[in-house]
Amino acid sequence: MHQPVGTPRPSIYYDYRVHAPWLPSAHGAQPRHPVVIAGAGPAGMVTALELARHGVPSVLLNSELQVSQGSRAIVFTRRSMEILQQVGVADRMTASGLPWRFGNSIYQGQTVFRMEAPHDADDRFFPMLNLQQQYLEEYLLDACAASPLIELRWGNKVVGVQQQADHARLTVDTPEGEYALEAGWLVAADGGRSDIRTMLGLKLEGASYEGFFVIADIRIDLPLPTERLAFFDPVWNPGNTILMHREPHGIWRVDYQLPPGEKPEDALRPESLKARIDAQLEMIGFGGTPWEMDWSSVYSARTLTLPDYVSGRVIFTGDAAHLLPIFGVRGANTAFQDAQSLGWHLAFVLKGLAGERLLANHSAERVGAAREIIDEAGKSTRFMTPPTRGFRVLRDAVLSLSRTQAFVRPLYHWRTSRPHEYTHSVLNSPGDDNALFTAGPAHGAPPRNIRLGVGDYLLDHLGGGFDLLYFTDAAAMPQPLQDVIAQVRAQGVPLRVTAIGAPAPVQGADQTLADADGHLRQRYGIGASGGAYLLRPDQHVCARWLTLDATRLQAAFRQALPQ
Amino acid sequence: MTAPAAPALDIPGLETVYDALATAIDTAGPDKAELFLVKLALLNANALADPALTQQHIQAALQNL
Repeated sequence: MHQPVGTPRPSIYYDYRVHAPWLPSAHGAQPRHPVVIAGAGPAGMVTALELARHGVPSVLLNSELQVSQGSRAIVFTRRSMEILQQVGVADRMTASGLPWRFGNSIYQGQTVFRMEAPHDADDRFFPMLNLQQQYLEEYLLDACAASPLIELRWGNKVVGVQQQADHARLTVDTPEGEYALEAGWLVAADGGRSDIRTMLGLKLEGASYEGFFVIADIRIDLPLPTERLAFFDPVWNPGNTILMHREPHGIWRVDYQLPPGEKPEDALRPESLKARIDAQLEMIGFGGTPWEMDWSSVYSARTLTLPDYVSGRVIFTGDAAHLLPIFGVRGANTAFQDAQSLGWHLAFVLKGLAGERLLANHSAERVGAAREIIDEAGKSTRFMTPPTRGFRVLRDAVLSLSRTQAFVRPLYHWRTSRPHEYTHSVLNSPGDDNALFTAGPAHGAPPRNIRLGVGDYLLDHLGGGFDLLYFTDAAAMPQPLQDVIAQVRAQGVPLRVTAIGAPAPVQGADQTLADADGHLRQRYGIGASGGAYLLRPDQHVCARWLTLDATRLQAAFRQALPQ
Repeated sequence: MTAPAAPALDIPGLETVYDALATAIDTAGPDKAELFLVKLALLNANALADPALTQQHIQAALQNL
């Protein structure tokens, strides 16, 4: 019998709400559901919300009765915020989070590298936003609750999976015992220790790094800005690395690496935590400042992924699909991109708008993204936690040189999470003008946001289906294009047409952006009327043309929606 | 791997570097000699600005250890 914790988790800043479990005895016989999502963390909830946007209902199983323990993911990237905007929670995130864009690497009391993440005037969101994961989950839960297509079941844990030809048969345990549940597709969003991955006998591929980090959240009043602080080889923890981040509600995250050989359970003893946090505060000049512990945990750096995220009728997403190093904020920020991708790929297959090959594309694109992240994160990880004596000697040489030699300082930069570009996706249109553009987002890239006016940005107007951006100063869309658009819509494909560059509403377009100063056209590399971009439902570019014609528009949809 | 065809250092120059390196290794001391040599290698590699040549030097130095 599954018995999730029924009392509010302890926290000095967050009021946990315990929800009533969903009990099978209170509900009738269960039909086969098109999608069941196991795990209601960030990956599971964003998947459910994206599916709902495309009209696909889902059952969302949460093994717990409350949101996650501790702050966990605390840094959310701009692209994550753009994705969260699509599912309706970005405003609440912005209202309660702390934006930032500078990171400091400190060695022997000297800031030897200062990262300045670019913040373009065209961006709505800051490069980074700090907020505890409980709040993110709360906002996502509220959004799920507001959707009639999402049924959230608290206290429901998948304990068995049987693969069938066209569905998965689940055994779900609850506080009153098990029940059977059939899912056309099971989305395994059950986290890094995924039981479903274990049940199916699937193995992650890649490397695990030696060495543990302690994460501790403390409440303390420090007069420091919201910037990342990374201390290398500090006097109180020689050879190791300490990270500090400001969180909302007067909380600071302190991460520190443990000396080799120290056991995690010893490191989490209160006296051990206290001694080290006191030593860190002493080093940064705030020794004796009162503080209070909220939560602590231990992690190690791993760069692992499943080689395929689709296994029979089970699709893995988020940490269940891959384990990525915490350096560079790659956990939740990758999960959002996974979930956004999965949402539309799965919805379009379920709605018959594409064949199951589209799911293979989802897996190929996201496994590719994970491998790219692993490659980038591996470099950061080898600097932060040198895996061998050779790497340690080189890291120490760089630390030592960085006091006086500027050329080594960029090695401190740990390549923060960025959106993967599906440059070689099979959904990209081979017959378009991608290679002829000299500016603008290329094949597979997410769109560049553009400020249109006060509090008004391009991405506010896009999403939920395919978006055709058509650049024109004419009064109407050309009739042949309108005919293709009508055909595509008649097949059930959601498509919004945005005309850009005309002073008055363009006939045949759903909306018109005047772009009076030509700024949008310039950033998208469009010099004359007749150019266009086609964005997939996850907003990534799948085709762009300097001059769009009906034949090539038709071809782009055939390419993007393989049967 | 063979030595560069045309030595860039003449004999007095090589002898000067020889003495300077030996003295510096002694100055660094046994605990820090490795760190010192790696720092030096990075400085030299940066001055060379030729990753392939550095790679050749690494391979040459790995021989006959």
